[in-house]
Amino acid sequence: MTEFVIIMLVKMFVIFGAVMLTMTYITLAERKILGYMQIRPGPNRVGPWGLLQPIADGIKLFLKEDIIPDNASKAVFVIAPAMALIPAVMTIAVVPFGPEVSILGRNVTLFMADINIGILYIFAVSSIGVYGIVLAGWSSESKYSLLGGLRSSAQMISYELSMGFAIVGVIMMSQSLSMVKLIEAQKGVWFIIPQFLGFAIYITAAIAELNRTPFDLPEGESELVSGYFTEYSSMKYAMFMLAEYINIITVSGIVTTLYLGGWHGPVLPPLAWFVIKLLIVVFFMIWVRATLPRLRYDQLMTLGWKILLPASIVNILLTAVFMTVFG
Amino acid sequence: MSEIVVQKIKERFPDSFLDSYSFRDENTVIIKKEDLVAVCRYLKSDPELSFDFLSDLCGVDYMGRETRFEVVYHLFSISKRHRIRLKAMVGEGEKISSVTGIWSTSDWHEREAFDMYGIIFEGHPNLTRILMPENWDGHPLRKDYPLKGR
Amino acid sequence: MAETKNMILNMGPQHPSTHGVLRLILELDGETVVKLTPEIGYLHRGVEKLGENLTYHQFIPLTDREDYIASLSNNLAYCMTVEKLLGLEIPPRAMVARVLLTELQRIASHLIWLGTFGLDIGAMSLFFYCMRERETILDIFEACAGARLTINYFDIGGLRKDLPVGFEKQVRDFIAIFPERMKNDYERIFQDNKIVRIRTEGVGIISKEDAIDLGLSGPLLRSCGVPWDVRKSNPYCGYENYEFDIPTGKTGDVFDRYLVRMEEMRQSLKLVQQALDRLPGGAFLADDPKICLPPKQKVMTEMESLIHHFKIVSEGFEPPVAEVYHSIETPRGELGFYIVSDGSNKPYRLRFRPPSFVNLESLAKMAEGKLIGDLIAIIGALDPVMGEVDR
Repeated sequence: MTEFVIIMLVKMFVIFGAVMLTMTYITLAERKILGYMQIRPGPNRVGPWGLLQPIADGIKLFLKEDIIPDNASKAVFVIAPAMALIPAVMTIAVVPFGPEVSILGRNVTLFMADINIGILYIFAVSSIGVYGIVLAGWSSESKYSLLGGLRSSAQMISYELSMGFAIVGVIMMSQSLSMVKLIEAQKGVWFIIPQFLGFAIYITAAIAELNRTPFDLPEGESELVSGYFTEYSSMKYAMFMLAEYINIITVSGIVTTLYLGGWHGPVLPPLAWFVIKLLIVVFFMIWVRATLPRLRYDQLMTLGWKILLPASIVNILLTAVFMTVFG
Repeated sequence: MSEIVVQKIKERFPDSFLDSYSFRDENTVIIKKEDLVAVCRYLKSDPELSFDFLSDLCGVDYMGRETRFEVVYHLFSISKRHRIRLKAMVGEGEKISSVTGIWSTSDWHEREAFDMYGIIFEGHPNLTRILMPENWDGHPLRKDYPLKGR
Repeated sequence: MAETKNMILNMGPQHPSTHGVLRLILELDGETVVKLTPEIGYLHRGVEKLGENLTYHQFIPLTDREDYIASLSNNLAYCMTVEKLLGLEIPPRAMVARVLLTELQRIASHLIWLGTFGLDIGAMSLFFYCMRERETILDIFEACAGARLTINYFDIGGLRKDLPVGFEKQVRDFIAIFPERMKNDYERIFQDNKIVRIRTEGVGIISKEDAIDLGLSGPLLRSCGVPWDVRKSNPYCGYENYEFDIPTGKTGDVFDRYLVRMEEMRQSLKLVQQALDRLPGGAFLADDPKICLPPKQKVMTEMESLIHHFKIVSEGFEPPVAEVYHSIETPRGELGFYIVSDGSNKPYRLRFRPPSFVNLESLAKMAEGKLIGDLIAIIGALDPVMGEVDR
């Protein structure tokens, strides 16, 4: 029992640390990649190649004055960033970074937990994150924040549906809700091939869930200044940013697990494959950000309800038919 | 071309036509402010003139004259491609009719003339200051408004 | 159901997409703009008042600070008005150079417009591509005048100094790269994008009649299908001798405004090409010692030139008692100057007809009843420069 607790604790620290580190460097990577895509060098002053930039940013955010607007509902205003961050961190628990490996003579799994309803757990927990955003928008007593909060709640609820339906196809094929079983089911063929429609729907909806371009309406800076976190500063602001980037990692991890075969791949060790695939998905999101403009609010809703949702239902039917006929 | 315009105004409104002159092919017509709207309506609706575009409207302060201000209308016809300058004199504290009903664009121009000179346009939907703050004292472009040291 | 109240949102004067210090008071019903009241004047510097207290030469640098995105066009409009007042003849080299440079300025201005418009609707990368080409144009201006933004290169009577060595090559290099860049970097990433299309098509439509009634000019008016361009209707600077088309739109929506401006950049490039091919030699400034500053060489060596120099700088010149109005086509529309001269060395009344001011007036008409996202696209397509609106 003690051994189990120790292993879990060690894993917790390692995974959490690794995710936090990756996350900070994803911010740098995003700025660098965007920079190169936009014919400019990106951050290059702090450390060689700008490598210390995230650390400098962190220190800066720590030292900034923490402002709470006079009219804000103080308690909610303070809780909101935590409400956004905690679920983001919690979802990492079931992301399977690699299979069982043997370290120091012990068999250790490279994920925190393999619960048999892993995918449901992710959906359940990540939905709580919406509360953080809605509460932040509401408690700030700022009209821009309010509009941002409204937009994001509407957006997240709409896209959660198509996201949920999109993965039903995958679950049907793997016959399991466990993340590990999902990966094991992809030993032969990655689900991206039979489930391409589902993949397209999922990644679109996932980008919308993450509030990233072209669905960054809740924080669309040309319209709502910064949306729901307009009034936030210092570490509270940083917590929203942390939540956002951790969510990027989680979502990329889920995409990798569900559609890209997880840790399967030749030559390289499984963990490396997982990380490579995850980073490719992250790169894709950055690429989209550099290319696409923002949708309008009503167009976003149209896309969610009239295109993605029906398409995801069609995907389920197609999968069912496919499985009955061939499987 | 614009001489014909001057002629037509003169024929049509002999009573309100005060003066006209030409400098570097630009024709200026001075009319009585009482008939301004009628003249403008005619200028816009007459098919031969069809001044459909109000290029500019501004005030000028001739301090020391009997009627202190002038409102200057620069008209242009997009189809006929001719211009005319129309002027009407208005004294301090007097009112002049607004031409917002003829060219909507004059809305902001008239507000500006009011803001800068205090010329009052009768019939304007919302004659408030536009460039200066609401609670500003005085009208900055008047000649007796000092450049500095207020 | 509970009674609902519309929300008043104060947008600006500090807001990322109001293009300067424009303040809009919006009455919102959800995301729909019910009523829109623009509040301007935050950048009012009293330029017209200043103009009445400066000599004609001293005022030229102030024109740069009006429409700071296209300062050469403002220089040109003012200088031409004063020249008209004086009846001054401009040497052919200066005429051609003016056309060339203002057309380059038009391209630079439209590039800024395109970039910021892209930012407004969320396309981030386009901005940087536009800035790259604008940089090349600004380098040309820098070589000419030493300044990049407030260029102040045109003088009453011609140019402030002659075109620099290597000017022709710089411009030819730009002409060589620009069409390709437009096609590959702007149109392929922006115009053909589905999201751009649905964000811009059918948004902010204004009819031909309304556009004329509201005094819209420039690309905005042309996008409604009115082929009016001051360069064609009242040619100045010898525009009648150049070959170029006036692009017009059909529906008058935001996308048409985009298309019209893109085509205008192509036409401007054509004009630059023609002007460069026919750029004559000779004087760059009219030979009128009472009005135009003598060259430094002469001031240093000739007594008479020194006296003229001193007189112009200290007193200026005295034009006839008259009034003139002259307008040119800037990237934003009809920019007119109305100067009343009382025969003294300072204008009695100096009036701007700023195109942005008039164009901005139509914002309420275009945006009321639309969504906030549309409003942003409409402001972007309107291309207001607040320096010019507020003066």
